[in-house]
Amino acid sequence: MTDLERHSYDVVVIGAGGAGLRAAIEARSHGKRTAIVCKSLFGKAHTVMAEGGIAAAMGNVNSKDNWQVHFRDTMRGGKFLNSWRMAELHAKEAPQRVWELETYGALFDRTPEGKISQRNFGGHEYPRLAHVGDRTGLELIRTLQQKIVSLQQEDFHATGDYESHIKVFAECTITRLLTDESGAIAGAYGYFRETGDFVLFESPAVVLATGGIGKSFKVTSNSWEYTGDGHALAMRAGGSTLNMEFIQFHPTGMVWPPSVKGILVTESVRGDGGVLTNSEGTRFMFDYIPDVFKDKYATTPEEGDRWYTDPDNNRRPPELLPRDEVARAINSEVKAGRGTPHGGVYLDVSSRLPAETIRKKLPSMYHQFKELADVDITAVPMEVGPTCHYVMGGVEVEPDTGSAKVPGLFAAGEVSGGMHGSNRLGGNSLSDLLVFGRRAGLGAAEYVESLGESRPQVTDAMVAAAELEALAPFTTEGGENPYTIHSELQESMNDLVGIIRTQAEVEQALERLEGFKARVAHVTVKGGRAFNPGWHLALDLKNMLLVSECVARAALERQESRGGHTREDYPVMSPEWRQVNIVCRADGDGAAIVRQPLVPMREDLLDLFDVDELKKYLTEAELPKGAH
Amino acid sequence: MGYKARFKVWRGDKSGGGLEDFSVDVNEGEVVLDIVHRLQATDAPDLAVRWNCKAGKCGSCSAEINGRPRLMCMTRMSTFAEDETITITPMRTFPVIRDLVTDVSYNYEKARMVPAFSPPADLEPGDYRMAQVDVERSQEFRKCIECFLCNDTCHAVRDHEENKTSFSGPRFLMRISELDMHPLDTVDRREVAVQEHGLGYCNITKCCTDVCPEHIKITDNAIIPLKERVADKKYDPIFSIASLFGKTKERARRTPPPGKNA
Ligand code: SF4
Ligand code: SF4
Ligand code: FES
Repeated sequence: MTDLERHSYDVVVIGAGGAGLRAAIEARSHGKRTAIVCKSLFGKAHTVMAEGGIAAAMGNVNSKDNWQVHFRDTMRGGKFLNSWRMAELHAKEAPQRVWELETYGALFDRTPEGKISQRNFGGHEYPRLAHVGDRTGLELIRTLQQKIVSLQQEDFHATGDYESHIKVFAECTITRLLTDESGAIAGAYGYFRETGDFVLFESPAVVLATGGIGKSFKVTSNSWEYTGDGHALAMRAGGSTLNMEFIQFHPTGMVWPPSVKGILVTESVRGDGGVLTNSEGTRFMFDYIPDVFKDKYATTPEEGDRWYTDPDNNRRPPELLPRDEVARAINSEVKAGRGTPHGGVYLDVSSRLPAETIRKKLPSMYHQFKELADVDITAVPMEVGPTCHYVMGGVEVEPDTGSAKVPGLFAAGEVSGGMHGSNRLGGNSLSDLLVFGRRAGLGAAEYVESLGESRPQVTDAMVAAAELEALAPFTTEGGENPYTIHSELQESMNDLVGIIRTQAEVEQALERLEGFKARVAHVTVKGGRAFNPGWHLALDLKNMLLVSECVARAALERQESRGGHTREDYPVMSPEWRQVNIVCRADGDGAAIVRQPLVPMREDLLDLFDVDELKKYLTEAELPKGAH
Repeated sequence: MGYKARFKVWRGDKSGGGLEDFSVDVNEGEVVLDIVHRLQATDAPDLAVRWNCKAGKCGSCSAEINGRPRLMCMTRMSTFAEDETITITPMRTFPVIRDLVTDVSYNYEKARMVPAFSPPADLEPGDYRMAQVDVERSQEFRKCIECFLCNDTCHAVRDHEENKTSFSGPRFLMRISELDMHPLDTVDRREVAVQEHGLGYCNITKCCTDVCPEHIKITDNAIIPLKERVADKKYDPIFSIASLFGKTKERARRTPPPGKNA
């Protein structure tokens, strides 16, 4: 074996976004020696891109808010396919997680009384999102990063070494999880991007916090890191993913210029008064209010406009419907020929708010359009269209501990599944990272505790196999360049497994995926191992293929439309399908799916809803007794 | 619309390197990072570059374009003439790893030397009360995306490798200032600002402010006030008496926070 660096830790966290950092803080706080491994530099994770805020029912702006209301909104947003236990824990614990950030030094925008200010967002009944202008994700990352630094300072005072208990291995990619003969996690194997040297982390517990899968799609708001690494690592280690057919297309991505197509335009633009219009100047969202939401949204622009100042006596405008509804509506408008010159619709704040207010409330949007598109959003409308933003599906976990179905494996944040059901509400992602990041860190610490002295061991054979696999693109000759295959994969997923799906198209996607698999097996890279992006992509591409196959297989299986999964050939939501999760496992060089029943919701949680509302989602037999 | 642009890109590693010539297609609306990606997909698949967000939010894609420290993802091709040769080099102040990627660990080491935020010990989570006007000062500095272009440009380290041990650069002087202006912080960092972070090396040339992609007024709003507070301390006998009694920071210039139970 060549130059292998070895480290031994109690807990290895893969990913340094919100979930990973919060998990690491928790594991370290329980005395566990913790490594954080991330593909980028420390503090650059995709979480920085989150703009809107952190949803938490603190009730600072409207005192009627509480965890029950947040729980209801989350379940409605996810069309009742959510893991109700995760949605419950999330709604209950989010406020504590936000307040804790203040003790780490976060500076949120304030209410006049000096409390954390909260803003309106799609699908949330009350103003609920703690925020810092439109750069909340950056604040979250920086705060957690600085908390980790402060823990390192404490360790320095105690041990003389900043890194004695928590160390960040930046620009390091994990390619394999290693398990012992019983199937328990024993370590993680990967390479340093800078040198191409290999590294082995021996560790009984691994927390996956690798984020999403958006780089399998052509138009996406996601960064290059989002290649489904955690999903693929978990499945290859014997774990499973669920709900992978549910992909959130954020309704408002930039559509022009082409080089920035897909970059996010925050939902706060709509929360703060922005409206969507088509090329005929119509506020079209009024035509797209689905039956399940009929009594919750304004039916005239006048009422919608009054809601901003008098939310108690008016219903909210339909621009603030859950994201899946808005994305589909935009898609339909463009298809019907009422789109903008660049194939989107208009999103306008310029005619709604004074220029000064726009610059104050939406500074990064102002900046982003000015610098990237040469558009002044205080003077003219933006052009926007749907962009692949988030995967609701993910690694199957125990709600309370984040434990995946492999002993020693944990997952939190976007890489885990269940919490958001078939569609995530804006603002519920950052709170998810904090609530379940902490729980996974705690789960890992307790698991390590329970092992005592007997830890699973890494075998030399496993290490050798992992090395061989990682070096393959250098040893193959005459194969293709990974960039070509990647862009073809992105086109296929976008066109065939995108916002609107049909059986024929998804089947065609699966066929193409088979073709890509064969080609990826022979991918060839040029150059050496030191900081070689071609090699990095060749390895990431395998993860993207496995995950894409899960998405396509699950999308083919689910014969209904719900949240982030719309089938043109099965356009209605079916109460029978609501009882089913589609679970995906690795199988040979591909993926296989099985159906798995959902756990019925606890009685006291069911009681939080009106029976009339439940009837829209549940089968007759599932309704509470006496409700028929 | 499309045209071919001439590029010179620095390629090499610690052991040396030089500018390589490329002629690349450019389409309407593109930024320099798009061109670097096109090079990777065509002529130079192993060209090393850092990037993440492609929207000016993560601070990964810092480099020098025609000698000026900039984010590659926020530099539009339309700002150059079509016949202009565009030169991209790595940030000069930090050791090169490969091509456009530099070793920025200096910054992380300095970050670790800034004493952390320290709230009053008896303040419970959920009870923090601060006025918007008071948080705004620090919020400006917290817009920082850690691109390190300010540290790259500051002459006190750019041409003086030997100053790196004693000077932390504008990014971290600003971090000290940010904590100093936090309405609920209790630590006095003036001594460390001078002794460990080299506040005195800054002679307020404002070059850092000029290159900051977030348009933070680093010099005027962070460094100069910090220098003033340090000067206050040196010449203010009241302060040293107060500090004898363990009184934390002087807050006279701040708006008092609204009542705790408001
Ligand atoms: S103002 Fe000070 S910190 Fe900024 S570049 Fe000039 S000397 Fe450096
Ligand atoms: S202060 Fe500005 S230039 Fe300096 S690191 Fe932060 S964002 Fe970059
Ligand atoms: S890629 Fe994030 S700032 Fe340029």
